[in-house]
Amino acid sequence: MKLSREEVLHIAELAKLGITEEETEQFTEQLSDILDYFDMLSRLDTSDISPTAQAIHMRNVTRPDEVEASLAPEEALKNAPEREGGFFRVEPILE
Amino acid sequence: MNLHELTIHRAHQLLRGEEISSVELTEAVLARIEAVEDDVRAYLNLTPDLALKDAEAADARRARGEDHPLLGIPLAIKDVLSTKDVETTCGSRILEGYMPPFDATCVARLRRAGAVFLGKTNTDEFAMGSSTENSGYFTTHNPWELGHVPGGSSGGSAAAVAADECIAALGTDTGGSIRQPAAFCGVAGLKPTYGRVSRYGLVAFASSLDQAGPLCKDVRDCAILLRTMAGHDPQDSTSVDLDVPDYAEALRPDLEGARLGVPKEYFVEGMQPGLEERVRAALEMWEELGAEIVEVSMPHTEYALPTYYIIAPAEASANLARYDGVRYGFSHPEAENIWDAYRKTRQEGFGAEVKRRIMLGTYALSAGYYDAYYLKAQKVRTLIKDDFDQAFETCDALVAPTTPTTAFRIGEKTDDPLQMYLGDIFTLSLNLAGVCGMSIPCGFIEGMPVGLQVFGDAYDESTVLRIGYAYEQATDWHMRRPPI
Repeated sequence: MKLSREEVLHIAELAKLGITEEETEQFTEQLSDILDYFDMLSRLDTSDISPTAQAIHMRNVTRPDEVEASLAPEEALKNAPEREGGFFRVEPILE
Repeated sequence: MNLHELTIHRAHQLLRGEEISSVELTEAVLARIEAVEDDVRAYLNLTPDLALKDAEAADARRARGEDHPLLGIPLAIKDVLSTKDVETTCGSRILEGYMPPFDATCVARLRRAGAVFLGKTNTDEFAMGSSTENSGYFTTHNPWELGHVPGGSSGGSAAAVAADECIAALGTDTGGSIRQPAAFCGVAGLKPTYGRVSRYGLVAFASSLDQAGPLCKDVRDCAILLRTMAGHDPQDSTSVDLDVPDYAEALRPDLEGARLGVPKEYFVEGMQPGLEERVRAALEMWEELGAEIVEVSMPHTEYALPTYYIIAPAEASANLARYDGVRYGFSHPEAENIWDAYRKTRQEGFGAEVKRRIMLGTYALSAGYYDAYYLKAQKVRTLIKDDFDQAFETCDALVAPTTPTTAFRIGEKTDDPLQMYLGDIFTLSLNLAGVCGMSIPCGFIEGMPVGLQVFGDAYDESTVLRIGYAYEQATDWHMRRPPI
């Protein structure tokens, strides 16, 4: 499976990942190789097999909905690159 | 007696008998770090002052009559496990300076037991890699041969244990990241069953595969550390509510009646010459110890690699969406709007391998490709799990090599990601099946350690430890020390 340059740029945009010109070229080639390798899975007939999302088959784990102490606002904000009062500060979302 | 060379259980005896104090032990390990760390570079962040405070507190607790196998024992923690108010970077520039406001549950359990924390060990960025060469900071060197990699991603922890820069260490294993570096550095490393150890505070890479576990100088130490780390945690709904056995208690040197399966698919072409012979010699040793060796087939083994490299990056692409430069870590200073900020922060903050896996995972989950890649891989995961279920119907445990080669040279595989991935073929399937496994040393090829893998059924770490222990006690590979 050969990925096109446009596909690589499209995937990067879906992941909100800036990539350089050099990385675009590198990923186009490397990801194509890796996807080729993945093709071996098509040798297996899995039409009657159900998928496994996690291996231990736990279901509907619940607990009592009790109020507990949570992180204090100062603790939660202490790693913020930019803050304003009790908030995380971000770049404009709506122009 | 070199105190830094002690195991947990031996150090515990000396501490309990008041022959040494935790401060003396910790000072000895810190002196060893001082002597060899410039060559090995196992630690991203050393915290000697905190370690000495922990040691003083442990000595005070012991003076009050407290005892625990980990009270006063100096440990190293892989830098993907959160440590309260101690920088936790996951080997990534994007988390430079990040101070977790809480401990990972497995770390908290060790802290409560009175362990001493020396610092945070190097890892491939977000645990994605097999050599520590993907660390955003530097590469760790293999203590057996400094020009070689220590393995990865828990390469810092494995190297620290091998070089006696700690008494034992914690690592994490998503596709082999405890067992492979344990093999490359000649130490014991155990990946517990998925759900055995809480993942709370383990910075997520692939949530259906990640597990934390011990890297130690011998099997008994793995048993001791696991016993304290493991157990149900209300903070992680995937941690199981099962009793945690006293693993060390179950260690016995004989194996009468044990049935060990050898999956024939784990002996493949392209293995390093000499490696199979060492593993076969271990099988003979187990037979002498009373075990029965039977060949089994796990026909979907070859599909584990593509299955893993679809599922793990898919989960990673979702987990790593949180690194947006808003709440913690690196944030690009020059952005026009929020989308530009995300792109630039992630472009500069992430290294090449992490980007490659985010791309791969995003692609496998994207419209039009989901069924062909992600859903297909999940179905093959079922077949791989069935292989294990069938093998464990007739066998108590399975045994195989941990890796197809010994540690490779630094730089040897960095240009070819697929070649790097192929080195993981013997470890990945266990994570996909959720079962447990351990690597222990079984010899050397040209001075480099060879790893032997024992895998057990879900929640049957006791059997894995017992089988590993019997072999270890009959050999002396675990007593060998690197020339450093």
